[in-house]
Amino acid sequence: MFIGTLFSRREALKTYAKLTVDECIKIGYDSLFIIAIVSTFMGAVTTIQTAYNLVSPFIPDYVISLVVRDMTILEMSPTIMAIVFAGKVGSNIAGELGTMRITEQIDALEVMGINSASYLVLPKIVASLIMYPMLVVISAFLCIMGGYIAGTLTEVITGAEYSYGLRFEFIPYTVQFALTKSLVFAYLVTSISAYKGFYTSGGALEVGQASTSAVTNSCIAILVADYLLAQILL
Amino acid sequence: MIELNRINKSFNDKQVLFDVSGKFEKGRTNLIIGSSGTGKSVLLKSMVGLVQPDSGEVYYDGRDFTHGDKRLKTDVRREIGMLFQGGALFDSKNVEQNVMFPLDMLTSMPKDEKLDRVNTCLQMVGLENVNNKMPSEISGGMKKRVGIARAIVNNSRYLYCDEPNSGLDPQTSILIDNLIKDLTDELDITTIVVTHDMNSVMEIGEFVMFLYQGKKLWEGNNQTIFDCGVKELEDFIFANNLMRTVRKNR
Repeated sequence: MFIGTLFSRREALKTYAKLTVDECIKIGYDSLFIIAIVSTFMGAVTTIQTAYNLVSPFIPDYVISLVVRDMTILEMSPTIMAIVFAGKVGSNIAGELGTMRITEQIDALEVMGINSASYLVLPKIVASLIMYPMLVVISAFLCIMGGYIAGTLTEVITGAEYSYGLRFEFIPYTVQFALTKSLVFAYLVTSISAYKGFYTSGGALEVGQASTSAVTNSCIAILVADYLLAQILL
Repeated sequence: MIELNRINKSFNDKQVLFDVSGKFEKGRTNLIIGSSGTGKSVLLKSMVGLVQPDSGEVYYDGRDFTHGDKRLKTDVRREIGMLFQGGALFDSKNVEQNVMFPLDMLTSMPKDEKLDRVNTCLQMVGLENVNNKMPSEISGGMKKRVGIARAIVNNSRYLYCDEPNSGLDPQTSILIDNLIKDLTDELDITTIVVTHDMNSVMEIGEFVMFLYQGKKLWEGNNQTIFDCGVKELEDFIFANNLMRTVRKNR
């Protein structure tokens, strides 16, 4: 029902264009730093830990980067980043809308005859759907680069082997699968967080609770959707 | 003119408004007064459509707002300006953008024309050279003035003010009251002010409706209120020492 209200009585499309660009900057560009840090270190740690576990002389070293590649594309970049995304963007959306609700800013929009749900939430969802897949691509790149740097610096794998492992039996469909997951997760995080924030009532305490609840529910939804998508699409 | 016809509203099992009816004429400041928790804000929200009454109707110049379709409600709402208790200014926009917001959303005016209109409204509420300030950088009284400027910028026909004096010092309160009165006269609009401030009643109460536990107990004006003959209203009016002294000296 909440999503339905976004499309009823909506404003002119040009109104949403500027808002969507602003949200793209807030949701996408402003998340770059945290996504970059987490991704790079995640790739580095995965490389070191995979190397630590592959002690058999029968397993070639390039398997390390093959594991890093598949884990990154299939799980870490779309899913783990979605958890980070929920923590940063989800809590921000719930907090912002919750504060707008308790300070009557949402009522002010309604009194002006503006569909507040559509005006406030639709650009966030669209921006999220545009930006999160891009963040996932950047994350995957940085994760693999982090693995390369950590692997070559610690000499657990050579650059040539790492590069060979990345290309070894690569299935392009995994990228498509990752991007599909990223779209679903982006939609879940934004809509759940917006719903929690939009229907906040009370005061500052309830805004905090809405933020927490937005992140918790988003994380649960991400994990459930992750399982279902893997079951259906792989 | 805004007309209320037997408005009832309950939340869960608790009824907060009982058959409230009344007429708020154009060109005068209409006040709804009463103690805290007596249903004033619920009545106000029912009138602007933020709360749907269980029964009864609200008419805006003969148009049935309560049972009207979405189009009618949107049209009426676009004629309404409202000053919220805390100002409800958009935090992410500066003063100019806040006041310009209804014009951006509801009109296709050229930018220069909008800017002229915004500056005119800011001048009307006694604010100049604050266009670029953020809401967090201005005082409570200034926020209320910006809120009023935003409420009238789109040539509103109906102006609602929810507790316009809350949190303000007495002098600023009087300034805000007089500003509301002057704008009502100058723009010839229907103004409804919800308040529990007796200073406002005496200052601008051209029509006063008294609510007590969700019921309308009295209506009149600031000239007749002292002789109302309603115990609950007298208790409300003479709740403080100053008003009791005034009564003694009458």
